[in-house]
Amino acid sequence: MNDHKFEQCIKCTICTAYCPVVAVNPLYPGPKQAGPDGERFRIKNKFFFDENLKYCMNCKRCEVACPSGVNIADIIHSARMRYGHQKPNLRDMILASTDLMGVMARPVAPVVNAVAGSKAGKWAMDTFLGVDQHRTFPKYQFKGFVGWFKREMEASQASYPRQIAFFHGCSTEFQHPEVGKAFVQVMNALGFGVQLLDEECCGVAMISNAMWKQAKQHARHNISAFEAAVAAGLPVVTTGSTCTFTMRDEYPHILGVDNAKVRSSIVLVEKFIHDLVDQGKVKLVFRKDYKARMAYHIPCHMEKLGWSIFTKNLLQMIPGADLTVLGSGCCGIAGTYGFKKENYAYSQAIGQPVFDEIARVNPDFVVSECDTCKWQIEMSTDYPVRNPIMVLAEALDLEATSAANR
Amino acid sequence: MKYDVVLIGGGLSSLVCGISLQRTGKRCLMVSGGQNALHFSSGAFGLLGFRPDGSAVERPLEELDKLPANHPYRKVGAAKMHEYVNRVKPFFASCGVMLDGDPERNSWRLTPTGTVRPSWLAMSDVTLYEDSVVSIGRKALIANIAGYLDFNTAFLAEGLEKAGVTCRLEAVALPEFERLRTSASEMRSVNIARVMDHDQVWKKFVEQVCVLLRDEDVVVLPEVFGLHDEHILEQIRESIPARVVFVGTMAPSVPGIRCQSALKTAFEQAGGEFLMGDEVISSEMDGERVLSVRTANLGDTVLEADHFVLATGGFFGRGLQATAEAVSEPVFGLDVDAPEERTQWYNPDFFAPQPYTRFGVHTSENLRAMKAGKEMENVYVIGSELGGADALCEGSGAGIAVMTGFKAAEMING
Repeated sequence: MNDHKFEQCIKCTICTAYCPVVAVNPLYPGPKQAGPDGERFRIKNKFFFDENLKYCMNCKRCEVACPSGVNIADIIHSARMRYGHQKPNLRDMILASTDLMGVMARPVAPVVNAVAGSKAGKWAMDTFLGVDQHRTFPKYQFKGFVGWFKREMEASQASYPRQIAFFHGCSTEFQHPEVGKAFVQVMNALGFGVQLLDEECCGVAMISNAMWKQAKQHARHNISAFEAAVAAGLPVVTTGSTCTFTMRDEYPHILGVDNAKVRSSIVLVEKFIHDLVDQGKVKLVFRKDYKARMAYHIPCHMEKLGWSIFTKNLLQMIPGADLTVLGSGCCGIAGTYGFKKENYAYSQAIGQPVFDEIARVNPDFVVSECDTCKWQIEMSTDYPVRNPIMVLAEALDLEATSAANR
Repeated sequence: MKYDVVLIGGGLSSLVCGISLQRTGKRCLMVSGGQNALHFSSGAFGLLGFRPDGSAVERPLEELDKLPANHPYRKVGAAKMHEYVNRVKPFFASCGVMLDGDPERNSWRLTPTGTVRPSWLAMSDVTLYEDSVVSIGRKALIANIAGYLDFNTAFLAEGLEKAGVTCRLEAVALPEFERLRTSASEMRSVNIARVMDHDQVWKKFVEQVCVLLRDEDVVVLPEVFGLHDEHILEQIRESIPARVVFVGTMAPSVPGIRCQSALKTAFEQAGGEFLMGDEVISSEMDGERVLSVRTANLGDTVLEADHFVLATGGFFGRGLQATAEAVSEPVFGLDVDAPEERTQWYNPDFFAPQPYTRFGVHTSENLRAMKAGKEMENVYVIGSELGGADALCEGSGAGIAVMTGFKAAEMING
């Protein structure tokens, strides 16, 4: 347990002050009680384990606030893994198996989207599965990112002087291939060839839904794929903040999967590009006619990574960008959490201040690295949400950037 | 990444220094290992409340020359101290924090044990009295929220009764708090304050207090109001037909969180960059200059700066570390004012002044850090990371933070 530093807790309760769940859900014991306080009892007797720890969204805001360096959420999720009796039901397994569901849904995407979007479909999912009927499902795409990449892009990648490996994640493959397309465009313009990995879903939703065995399998698979890439000199670049955070920190801390050889090579594209610009290794040339009012919503796991500074700096480099950084707050979705009927009302209550602030700012669009934040904000406000790499792809003069980096 | 100033630590001293610098055009980055000691604030700031013999100080500025030579105030200097004390209220007001009190003369405030203590400037939660013998009131109604254990009404009443105030204890139960009581461990100041922030809830609470009020001339309430908007405090005072006095609770401190949040916002609005939940893990030096630092989160991204401010907060903020062998400063390995002999670190009498509370980084007259006996050119130390003061016994913690924060900003601006 020393890994999670629970004995460093001085009982100051600062974590509770920054927990979004405690503020809305009385069933949740709160981070201090669920984490370091409860751990002392659980070590004595597992009888003290409380199933209500499942209400923790794993947003990590408690850890960001803790002045004593206690890994509070890690303690909570390790306890769930060690002592919990929660078995995922059919609904949880469906929600957590993001890649399997994507593969199954794709050939019949129009049908799945129509059913999931229909009143009857929503009613059926609510009644029989416990997926809240107010929830809007992200649309599955008939054609995925990988197919497009192999068809149109793969052949030309070897011609670039520098190479990177791209971990695209499930939502880029199944729901938002445009994020992956923007990524390839920008990386190519900067002089980097893109190689795909033999990747599996990062497993974050499996961690949330107590599918520990499957999550560990995914973690081991990904880490060995990353080790091969890193050994070949390729950094692993990503576009999703939660996948990145999970693979860097949750693999060793919760799943016990060692990633020491590759951890520092797993980087979000915003940090990757920012550092190259900062070191003068690449040049960005922006379009003169680009103009947009954008509001940056910092996802919880971006706060935990501490990397929002890179995205902010990059967006500020765009001459035509009028950027507002939203006050930091959780949007309430927390991956599969907000899809569940029992959490829906809490989820929306947690996110309300974020939705209100976006409406006050009234931007052209919201920027966020997290796809589930995107689904939540798009469902709960009138504003579209874009991944920062898409904003960069639009704002860059790609031809001029290519020329500048040749 | 290149900044003009990197500030390490995100508490009161760092924020005051960072806001001052950023507003005068310096590009600042602040690295904070989690939240800070403002979360333990009473809502009142002390400049210098007590002399070494325990007697109360009336005019702190008149005591400066009696302080030990290595006291932070001596390093700020008498002239600057006089100038800065009058700058504090407008500075905080410009950040949205209104402070009451006479900057050159101490007032008194009621503590959670029902005693009074010297106090310098205070947030609007705190009622300041002009002198220690002034009666708090004749009769007090101490009103708690039913089920809230971090506001010890019996303690408070015992202290007040000794001072001749007749007390009556009441607890108000509102349906809005029954939800919180489901989880007794979360019936804490900040959770109550989040519910009390709703207009209909605090108004209902105040109505209940008014119903309970008989012939009392004072109503004592816990500091659980106005987490986001201090104006609620004024409205509560106007709504109750007696003098309303708010008293501090166990942490986290509601006025402290409000203050921290206002200062952080002011820093960011001025263009400062704040890294929360991150730590400096290594540094690169050239002789007596720090060139750059790296943090746990940013990894291989190097943070360069012309100046570095160390505001890591002593033992409590993990800015000092003690092992069985030595006391050390973990970020830059600076010289620490502490005796080598471990038995001299503490007094076996727990309630006596403790020598370790005076430990801190050894600095020159100019607040520049010393390392291996040499003065660092571009590292300034501020707040409770400085040695030479027993902030607890003196009642000087916030004063040292603010005064040295101003001073370091001026030194850097040249």
